[in-house]
Amino acid sequence: MSQAILQIENLRRVFQVGVEQVHALKGVSFSVNKGEFVSIMGSSGSGKSTLLNILGCLDTPTSGEYLIDGVSVKERSKNDLADIRNRKIGFVFQSYNLLARTTALENVELPLIYNSSVSSRERRERAKHALEMVGLTDRMFHTPNQLSGGQQQRVAIARAIVNDPVIILADEATGNLDTKTSYEIMSLFQELNEKGKTIAFVTHEPDISAFTSRIIMLRDGHIISDKTNEPLSAMLEIQKFKTSEIIPNS
Amino acid sequence: MNIFNLIKIAYKSLMRNKMRAFLTMLGIVIGISSVITMVGVGESSQASINNQVSQMGTNLIMVQRARMRERGVSTGRDNVQSLKVKDVDLLANNTKYISAVSPVFNANAQIINGNYNWQGSVMGGNTDLMGIRNFELATGSNFTDDDIKKYAKVALIGHTIVEELFDENVDPIGKTIRVGNMPVKVIGTLKPKGENQMGDDQDDILLMPYTTVQKRILGIDFVHMIMASAVSEDVAENAVAEIEAILRASHKIQDGAADDFEVRTQAEMLEMMSSISGMMTTLLTAIAAISLIVGGIGIMNIMYVTVTERTKEIGLRMSIGAHNSSILLQFLCESVILSLIGGLLGIVLGLLMSYLLSVIQGMPYIVSTSAVILSFVVCAATGIFFGWYPAKKAASLDPINALRYE
Ligand SMILES: Nc1ncnc2c1ncn2[C@@H]1O[C@H](COP(=O)(O)OP(=O)(O)OP(=O)(O)O)[C@@H](O)[C@H]1O
Ligand SMILES: [Mg+2]
Repeated sequence: MSQAILQIENLRRVFQVGVEQVHALKGVSFSVNKGEFVSIMGSSGSGKSTLLNILGCLDTPTSGEYLIDGVSVKERSKNDLADIRNRKIGFVFQSYNLLARTTALENVELPLIYNSSVSSRERRERAKHALEMVGLTDRMFHTPNQLSGGQQQRVAIARAIVNDPVIILADEATGNLDTKTSYEIMSLFQELNEKGKTIAFVTHEPDISAFTSRIIMLRDGHIISDKTNEPLSAMLEIQKFKTSEIIPNS
Repeated sequence: MNIFNLIKIAYKSLMRNKMRAFLTMLGIVIGISSVITMVGVGESSQASINNQVSQMGTNLIMVQRARMRERGVSTGRDNVQSLKVKDVDLLANNTKYISAVSPVFNANAQIINGNYNWQGSVMGGNTDLMGIRNFELATGSNFTDDDIKKYAKVALIGHTIVEELFDENVDPIGKTIRVGNMPVKVIGTLKPKGENQMGDDQDDILLMPYTTVQKRILGIDFVHMIMASAVSEDVAENAVAEIEAILRASHKIQDGAADDFEVRTQAEMLEMMSSISGMMTTLLTAIAAISLIVGGIGIMNIMYVTVTERTKEIGLRMSIGAHNSSILLQFLCESVILSLIGGLLGIVLGLLMSYLLSVIQGMPYIVSTSAVILSFVVCAATGIFFGWYPAKKAASLDPINALRYE
């Protein structure tokens, strides 16, 4: 029996805009087990980001139950939620969100700064290790403006795994990258998944979700399908680029 | 999140924008350094006044004509003629607390020696005036009672006048100079005394028998001022009471009516001067303090800009687990670092400036530790006070909105 990392039950989220109510999530239920690589798909406005924000404890549901790593997040204080984000979640954003004029290493260290049980030496060691995992050992002291988009996203991924989270949440993490670089990032995610990381990945591109092992489709705040998927190997897809030497536009 | 990490984060953020940090700091540097300078100048001028008190002694008593008042407004004493030479005689003969007393006449006159001329101050008194005013003879001799009787055209001249009217190796004694149109024989020179607290040159003086000044130069029948020496400092107050009693009787002033003269001891004069200088210092310090507030507002302004600019960073920090309090402290730390470094520079600069000013003005240099400590506390307070609202704004951002901010 595999262990459930995320469990959500009849999740609803209603935004109040003036006198109108926007129902972004209309009763969503599913659970994610340890070691899964889930992609959440759907057209624009279907509620993907809203769902991911709730999963990431940045937002709280209007109603419904949400347990992360067996712990309910209902009625938690802001500080408790911040601590959950700090210890259990790793975020990867579309626009990287690295600190400018700050080295890759320091960017990766950032989450551990807010964890007082990690000493500064341990912090540095773990950040170096995370950068090794994403293949940026030789770029540790480069600042974001000295790195390509793909490399910046790798730094962001290193930052997301440095606190050893129970789940990595990514919102359109390949949205700013060309196809080949996107595949490289997906290959990295697959590698991390093979090492046991649980990943929830929001995208609206089918060729990206093809690399994941489970696809949840959202439409208008409802889940319309939830299927397992035989994932393609991103590595092999990249090989095809190399042999054909054609670089299509993303 | 420990404080050391906070300081490190704040320091790094500041370093990412060095020029801006420096300019923001400059406001505090200017504010603090001017406060320190003003307090320093105030303290050293106070010290120099105190010096003067101990140098001069407190025995001098001045009797002046009362200021005229019209409907409660003081209109000066130029037209008041209440003091006469006979008052001086009365005081000389009927007091036990006064050792010497002299009428004083003041005039400004063109003083000429050949090609040299000088607009100097002329003072008329009796033979005791030199002692009362603490002047000492450098060369020659004082004039005599006989000179006073004869309205003699003789003078003692101060160091400034010697320098202005005579070549370096010429002995002024016995020379005839002109005061206005009147030829006057120099019979003595005075030792230099330097400037007094008000910046007046005390050596710009030509001392003559009072009768000469009164009759030959001014042509008046009242006395400008009476100066006296109390027997000792302890009895200065008794001497004042005695003078007041004698003059009230002589001027036939009814009980309850106001005096037509004013009696002041040297101590009171100096007190007055130091209260004037104290007021000036307070005023200047207040202006300096305002510039400190302006500096603080500068910090607040920049911190608001910083918070807006770094909205995304704040969103990111929150999303990876920063507590609101950590964000608040981070920005507070930045403003406190700015104001404290600014304050330190300001203190150094202020001490340097007050040192230079005291050297230029020839006043003693005093480091006011209380002002330094106070400035430091004020700086920290400025940083916290003006940094609070921007930091509060940063901490109250919603992480999702902050992350979306462009
Ligand atoms: N803060 C908010 N206030 C009001 N309405 C909101 C808010 N955030 C999201 N919504 C609404 O909720 C719905 C879902 O939005 P969401 O951002 O989750 O879509 P999405 O699936 O991520 O779309 P995209 O692919 O374009 O990013 C939309 O109709 C949106 O207008
Ligand atoms: Mg979205």
